Amino acid sequence: MLKDQDRIFTNIYGTKDKSLKGAMARGHWDGTKQLLEKGRDWIVNEVKASGLRGRGGAGFPTGLKWSFMPKESDGRPHYLVVNADESEPGTCKDRDILRHDPHTLIEGCVIASFAMGANAAYIYVRGEFIREREALQAAIDECYDAGLLGKNNKLGYDIDIYVHHGAGAYICGEETALLESLEGKKGQPRLKPPFPANMGLYGCPTTVNNVESIAVTPTILRRGAAWFSSFGRPNNVGTKLFMMSGHVNKPCTVEEAMGISFKEMVEKHGGGIRGGWDNLLAVIPGGASCPVVKAEDMMNVTLDFDGLRDVKSSFGTGGMIIMDRSTDIIKAIWRISAFFKHESCGQCTPCREGTGWMMRVMQRMVTGNAQKREIDMLFDVTKQIEGHTICALGDAAAWPIQGLIRNFRPEIEARIDQYTANAMDHGAVLEAAE
Amino acid sequence: MAKLKVDGKEIEVPDHFTLLQACEEAGAEVPRFCFHERLSVAGNCRMCLVEVKGGPPKPAASCAMGVRDLRPGPNGEAPEVFTTTPMVKKAREGVMEFLLINHPLDCPICDQGGECDLQDQAMAFGIDSSRYAENKRAVEDKYIGPLVKTIMNRCIHCTRCVRFTTEVAGITELGLIGRGEDAEITTYLEQAMTSELQGNVVDLCPVGALTSKPFAFTARPWELNKTESIDVMDALGSAIRVDTRGREVMRILPRVNEEINEEWISDKTRFIWDGLKTQRLDRPYVRKDGRLQPATWADAFGAIKAAVAATSGDRIGAIAGDLASVEEMFALRELMASLGSKSIDCRQDGSALDPSLGRASYLFNPTIEGIEQADALLIVGSNPRLEAAVLNARIRKRWRMDNFPIGVIGEQGELRYGYEYLGAGTDTLSGLIDGSVKFAAKLKKAARPMIIIGQGALSRADGLAVLSAVTALAEKVGAVKADWNGLAVLHTAASRVGGLDLGFVPGEGGKAAADMLDGTDVLFLLGADEMDFSKKSAFTVYIGSHGDNAAHVADVILPGAAYTEKSGTWVNTEGRVQMGSRAGFAPGDAREDWAILRALSDVLGKKLPFDSLVQLRAKLYAAHPHFAQIDEIAAGEIADLSALAKKGGTMANSGFASPIKDFYLTNPIARASAVMAECSALARNNFKAAAE
Repeated sequence: MLKDQDRIFTNIYGTKDKSLKGAMARGHWDGTKQLLEKGRDWIVNEVKASGLRGRGGAGFPTGLKWSFMPKESDGRPHYLVVNADESEPGTCKDRDILRHDPHTLIEGCVIASFAMGANAAYIYVRGEFIREREALQAAIDECYDAGLLGKNNKLGYDIDIYVHHGAGAYICGEETALLESLEGKKGQPRLKPPFPANMGLYGCPTTVNNVESIAVTPTILRRGAAWFSSFGRPNNVGTKLFMMSGHVNKPCTVEEAMGISFKEMVEKHGGGIRGGWDNLLAVIPGGASCPVVKAEDMMNVTLDFDGLRDVKSSFGTGGMIIMDRSTDIIKAIWRISAFFKHESCGQCTPCREGTGWMMRVMQRMVTGNAQKREIDMLFDVTKQIEGHTICALGDAAAWPIQGLIRNFRPEIEARIDQYTANAMDHGAVLEAAE
Repeated sequence: MAKLKVDGKEIEVPDHFTLLQACEEAGAEVPRFCFHERLSVAGNCRMCLVEVKGGPPKPAASCAMGVRDLRPGPNGEAPEVFTTTPMVKKAREGVMEFLLINHPLDCPICDQGGECDLQDQAMAFGIDSSRYAENKRAVEDKYIGPLVKTIMNRCIHCTRCVRFTTEVAGITELGLIGRGEDAEITTYLEQAMTSELQGNVVDLCPVGALTSKPFAFTARPWELNKTESIDVMDALGSAIRVDTRGREVMRILPRVNEEINEEWISDKTRFIWDGLKTQRLDRPYVRKDGRLQPATWADAFGAIKAAVAATSGDRIGAIAGDLASVEEMFALRELMASLGSKSIDCRQDGSALDPSLGRASYLFNPTIEGIEQADALLIVGSNPRLEAAVLNARIRKRWRMDNFPIGVIGEQGELRYGYEYLGAGTDTLSGLIDGSVKFAAKLKKAARPMIIIGQGALSRADGLAVLSAVTALAEKVGAVKADWNGLAVLHTAASRVGGLDLGFVPGEGGKAAADMLDGTDVLFLLGADEMDFSKKSAFTVYIGSHGDNAAHVADVILPGAAYTEKSGTWVNTEGRVQMGSRAGFAPGDAREDWAILRALSDVLGKKLPFDSLVQLRAKLYAAHPHFAQIDEIAAGEIADLSALAKKGGTMANSGFASPIKDFYLTNPIARASAVMAECSALARNNFKAAAE
């Protein structure tokens, strides 16, 4: 279990003073100027050496991403964009950072902007996060007043941070759709290449990072890459905010070391599964788009990128949705399908047409009003979407259903059998004839 | 140049090529819906997926990926692309299935049937059945104007129409609203689109979502005879295809001609065809007892003979209209010469252009393609959007490329691109010449400045002085030099350059068009309808196709053929000689105009020396060899321009006004068209149906 002195987010529950003064008392904004004085290359190398992987879900190495930015500006400004459009069902870590520990993010923005030569950082906050945006804006205003931001600030590096409030579309969490939205256009993902590091916001080199990825960097730099990489297994290092929701006794967001076992996580922080371990049915381990994992597979899982890949799912954002045996798993996955159908941007064909198709078939499978061959058909449809779309939302919509069919095929078939058996009854025939 | 292998075939293509272009270069067919050569890349239909070796284990959209984004193999081998692998086949079938699940299977009642991309590609790349058992999506149809019919159930969201209207046409009235399955193409407020190029979205739509409203349910593409021809609605001579069934013109479509219209045509060009069926003159008429009464050809010719015999050659005049072909103007000129008349004119609007000033003085010298090379533009007395809508799109294309300063003298209108308004008239022009108007510096700085002068600046009493002043300005800013002639005269009449080439202007002592109305005893009008005939006193012979302004005041009417009913030569504003073909026959007793003149000449005892169009053309080419050079431009002499620049003259201090008051009603055919009338009413903003 992570020791208190190794926690990066010291006020994640908002129990302490979240003002600039309070944040400074907890060690934030300590020696930021000295960190900047060590130079761009040192910062990027240190982040690379720390092994920090992006916390937004894809797990791309953050230091590597930063190093893609041009070293010298060709006349175009560079931008840092922070993706605070946290909309993935099951994920609720960024909002806690925004509302309780915003200074970690702001300090991170300063350092990251410096590391990639950006003089402006945009924080794109999810539309539904009203109080979170207010808290963040208040913290930024405090920093301006304290001379930590703006032109000719105490840190010696000109940096402006702008908070942009989105309108509540899930797709705007996709980095290029976010840039489109930020530019005032319709939030639809762009074609890649060109990648944002080359042609991003307003056609200028841009790096888009998750809130948590940015917020942990100041502490990593202060305590050293070696400290950060001492947690977890190689390639899966550091501390991370984990979230547990659903059927645990104490749902929570908690910072833990990577590589903690699922069991330990649930026992120590979640207060155990509702009704005991035998009552566990399945877990969606990293936000709604990750394939569901059966209870028996989940028992011995190590919570990190590789650990969950081994059970054919993905670590995602670390937001676990824990479901006990009272859950109608087919209906649960149908609900996720409905979410993706609703949030598909409609730009490219497979996702636009496919998400609705999948949702409708799932809807019938919830009641069992389907043919067993349709299970294979549905699986095939998910494969037709996966990898054929502009952005990853197509994949995200396909995975939960793939996970369901892989793990719970007997349940789907039983449901169909039950419906067919009931169809012999008088009532169901009437219903079908309507 | 980049080297790559497509399906094992090694090719070399320019760096800026996309994979799709490279595949086509290698002869591999790649299906597509959203991709269009002349529009920006959207990459959203996902039909053009190909497999890239060494890339991620998923197919790539070939329309959006450049060949320069490909990485060579580990040992520096050329990157490889496959278009026929199982992965690609599966991907295409998948996308096709998705496209079809919500597409209604109403091909039998769909106007696009037979020329539908979706139909064709489903045949070629799809699978034979659908696994989709749910209900299909239903989308409400939208009203987007009287020209384009929408059946939005069929839309596959390729957004070609949105990209065309915003990028080429320059209107932001069409867009995609909503999200996911519920995304819809709409004008949102359900108002008619205001572009003069909106009809092109019908061609662009790969399915039957946007179809031609006037053409709806009238014919199937496979039952139409297709005739390639030339448009005469403006002076561009856009390449068109006339589709006929029997004698009837059913629709008009654009053809690709990179030099003129790329592949766009204006709405007037496209939707004029219903005007070819109404108000037609299908038999001769002679005015008796103050009323026009049906007559035989012999009666009509007899009446003309009597009128001609009663006067002398110098009291006879002839005016050629805006749609006349070179052949009939040539025949009329010969006839007038043999009658001893020097009063001939092809300039109904009184334009100052004159062949004696040299060919360079009345051509669009830089050519339409040359607009893309120009780096500064001055527009004098013209509204290109209304006078030549397709050419205006070319200016917009150039304006979108990069820095392209545009200045306008004349009326301040919406041109679909940003411009600097310099002033209304002659004083601004003088200011540019003496340098007091700052835009002169921008023209001077440009390597290839271009000056468009419209008929609004030329059809005035001081037109010649204005022309001379503009030429002087062109010389001063370096628009006229050995390798670049930037003086561009924009005509509005399809016949005008041909007429000037023929010398269809008053000879020595001859009268100009306006003076002929009351200054002659016998007046021949060859389709000339655009004049004020209220003061006309002469005995008037109208040779033309439609019962329009001039037919109402004529004493004898000889029914002629419209442009789709005759083979004829037209010379466009650039001086490009083009030949249109006959797509059908003229109605009733109407005949081709040259043949009418030939027959009349016999009755008048001045028999013209040709009995067929071939013989006529032989005579024409002998007299004017450049007419034989079809699709070529005989460039004007730059020396003529320096002489013109020195002419000078006094300009009246007044503003320039565009000659086109109503884009949709500029000629007799358009005025006979119900569709054009509806568009015109809409454009005037008083059409009640739009408010429904």
